[in-house]
Amino acid sequence: MSVFKHHAKLETNVFFLAVGILVSVVVGGLVEVVPLFTIESTIEKVDGVRPYSPLELAGRNIYIREGCYNCHSQMIRPFKDEVERYGHYSLAAESKYDHPFQWGSKRTGPDLARVGGKYTNDWHVRHLINPRDVVPESIMPGYPHLKRSLDYSAIQADMTALSVVGVPYSKDQIANAKKDLEEQATSEDTSAAVAGRYPKAKLGSADADPKVTELDALVAYLQVLGTMVNFTTVTPEKIAR
Amino acid sequence: MSTNTDATPYCEDVVKKFVLAATFWGVVGFLAGDFIAWQLAFPILNLDLEWTTFGRLRPVHTSAVIFAFGGNILFSTSLYCVQRTCRASLFGGRGFGTFIFWNFQIFIVVAALTYVLGFSQGQEYAEPEWWLDLWLTVIWVCYLLAFAGTIMKRKEPHIYVANWFFFAMILTVAMLHLGNNIAVPAALFGGSWMKSYNLFGGVQNAMTQWWYGHNAVGFFLTAGFLGIMYYFVPKRAERPVYSYRLSIVHFWALIFLYIWAGPHHLHYTALPDWAQTLGMTFSVMLWMPSWGGMINGLMTLSGAWDKLRTDPVMRFLVSSVAFYGMSTFEGPMMSVKAVNSLSHYTDWTIGHVHSGALGWVAFVSFGALYYLVPKLWNRKEVYSLQLVGLHFWIATIGIVLYITAMWISGIMQGLMWRAYDNLGFLQYSFIETVEAMHPYYVIRALGGVLFVLGSLVMVYNFYKTIKGDVAAPAAQPSTAAAR
Repeated sequence: MSVFKHHAKLETNVFFLAVGILVSVVVGGLVEVVPLFTIESTIEKVDGVRPYSPLELAGRNIYIREGCYNCHSQMIRPFKDEVERYGHYSLAAESKYDHPFQWGSKRTGPDLARVGGKYTNDWHVRHLINPRDVVPESIMPGYPHLKRSLDYSAIQADMTALSVVGVPYSKDQIANAKKDLEEQATSEDTSAAVAGRYPKAKLGSADADPKVTELDALVAYLQVLGTMVNFTTVTPEKIAR
Repeated sequence: MSTNTDATPYCEDVVKKFVLAATFWGVVGFLAGDFIAWQLAFPILNLDLEWTTFGRLRPVHTSAVIFAFGGNILFSTSLYCVQRTCRASLFGGRGFGTFIFWNFQIFIVVAALTYVLGFSQGQEYAEPEWWLDLWLTVIWVCYLLAFAGTIMKRKEPHIYVANWFFFAMILTVAMLHLGNNIAVPAALFGGSWMKSYNLFGGVQNAMTQWWYGHNAVGFFLTAGFLGIMYYFVPKRAERPVYSYRLSIVHFWALIFLYIWAGPHHLHYTALPDWAQTLGMTFSVMLWMPSWGGMINGLMTLSGAWDKLRTDPVMRFLVSSVAFYGMSTFEGPMMSVKAVNSLSHYTDWTIGHVHSGALGWVAFVSFGALYYLVPKLWNRKEVYSLQLVGLHFWIATIGIVLYITAMWISGIMQGLMWRAYDNLGFLQYSFIETVEAMHPYYVIRALGGVLFVLGSLVMVYNFYKTIKGDVAAPAAQPSTAAAR
């Protein structure tokens, strides 16, 4: 057959072979990735999703550092049992400021997309230090080292880098990052500036420690997960995809 | 760079180094995997230390087996194959090859250390931070130069089919690595050198990550290892490849279709449905070129099937192709959305990956290593073929324990999550489904122990072979000593 005869050109010239391979492997990726940036309905237009507060961002970076995504998903699928177990199915909009995304691929532990507000700070602290203190059958590792002080000396650099990749941090938010972080981790005063800049942020220390600890940051992150969108005001048309 | 002439012998020193490194990292990666498997059965093994938790060690396991073991296997086999099938010595010579070798080994050690210390991009199989990614890019470009340069020096008019697969692997992995790791380092703004933020976020990041992640499987662990199959199965069987035309058709179909399959990792997520459907459709189509490869590999034994009985090295190679056929059927099946709604997030996925990784990737690697070690160290055969047979059976039983345990636990947990009681309430709390996994986690970890033991038998066999020992003749199986 002539097709096979022509193939000799490819298998006798390394340059033609390289071009043939590259053309073959580029197509699929282009077709699947590019439209995600151009089709407007990809990310639903819902209100409430905001960039993470400095403390939440520091907590999220601890979540990534400890590899929590290896065992916990943050993506509720639109099934009856998942919605009943975890809450409203996840929207693309809810992770639009997540660099990187943490949807996960395995549920050795439960989904965390809407864990915010489900447990008290105190429960989280005890659970993180030794999960078996509150859930005897748990197979999660203990994280007692999170009791140490949080290093947030570079938090403004982190926020600036995120703003470069498209997270809309304002100049005001970056300038006040350290103050906001300390305020959120220590004070429960709802009139504080951090509460205005980051609505729905969980205020106050998570542990009994007056220092800003890694526990404070991680718990602040966990407590905001899935709480930004007010689903009572979301109509089905808005989130149709 | 040395300019090699016709008379220059093949550069085997570099291949030897990669063979030894592959053997070493194989054992390390299997051990790491088995340790974290025991952690899931007995959480006390996390030791309450930040460096030894499952979350930090799991990337060590996946990187050690995929990139350290698999990578060194690919370097060794591809650089061995390309020199012989092109009748040309390695481009760049021994010095260039050694440069690639040591850079890659040091890269592995440094990357693993950063994981344990808590530095990670937070994307599966793409954990190394940005400067490690850049370093790996340099290593990979050198590898491309060494490989393609050797092809350009060839004395054979045609490029052998195994080299198409290796070449496609090298080019595509370069594209995937660059595409998925575009990140802005915090260091640019006075932050940490160990932290960066991916250019893509949310749903777009999910798509590029699984475009990368699935094709790390598709190209690194499949196309590259098909290259191994196309060289080592015919060599060991002393038969030509079954069908030249089939190899052309399945090569182009495989590399074209594989790239599309990524979204099947994102079924029912916030990824738009059109992308999920594309991913599913192409995943199902992928079954065909996959089996094309399997058929070409298995049928190469036409007229030499007796070797399966008499040659345990052949048994590794043929079983690997059979496992390849099995997992490339299971994969498309699991990519069907209805099946995936049950299997996703469960151990079924883990079982599927390991039937491919242990059964296909590791077994074809073992077969190639058992072929290569005596050839490279100028021995007639490995020290003991009987020990090769022992390795084969220990490892096979280990795999069977592993994948059956994961099928049961995965399907069971998936069903428990969606079970309702008579009153219409969810029947099981999440922690009840975790408790139910315990016996299967123990069985899986025991299967892992067997797999590690088998690899230690291989190490002993290589040690004796390289030392120059020959097992007592009585220990050599004769053709009549069929199992």
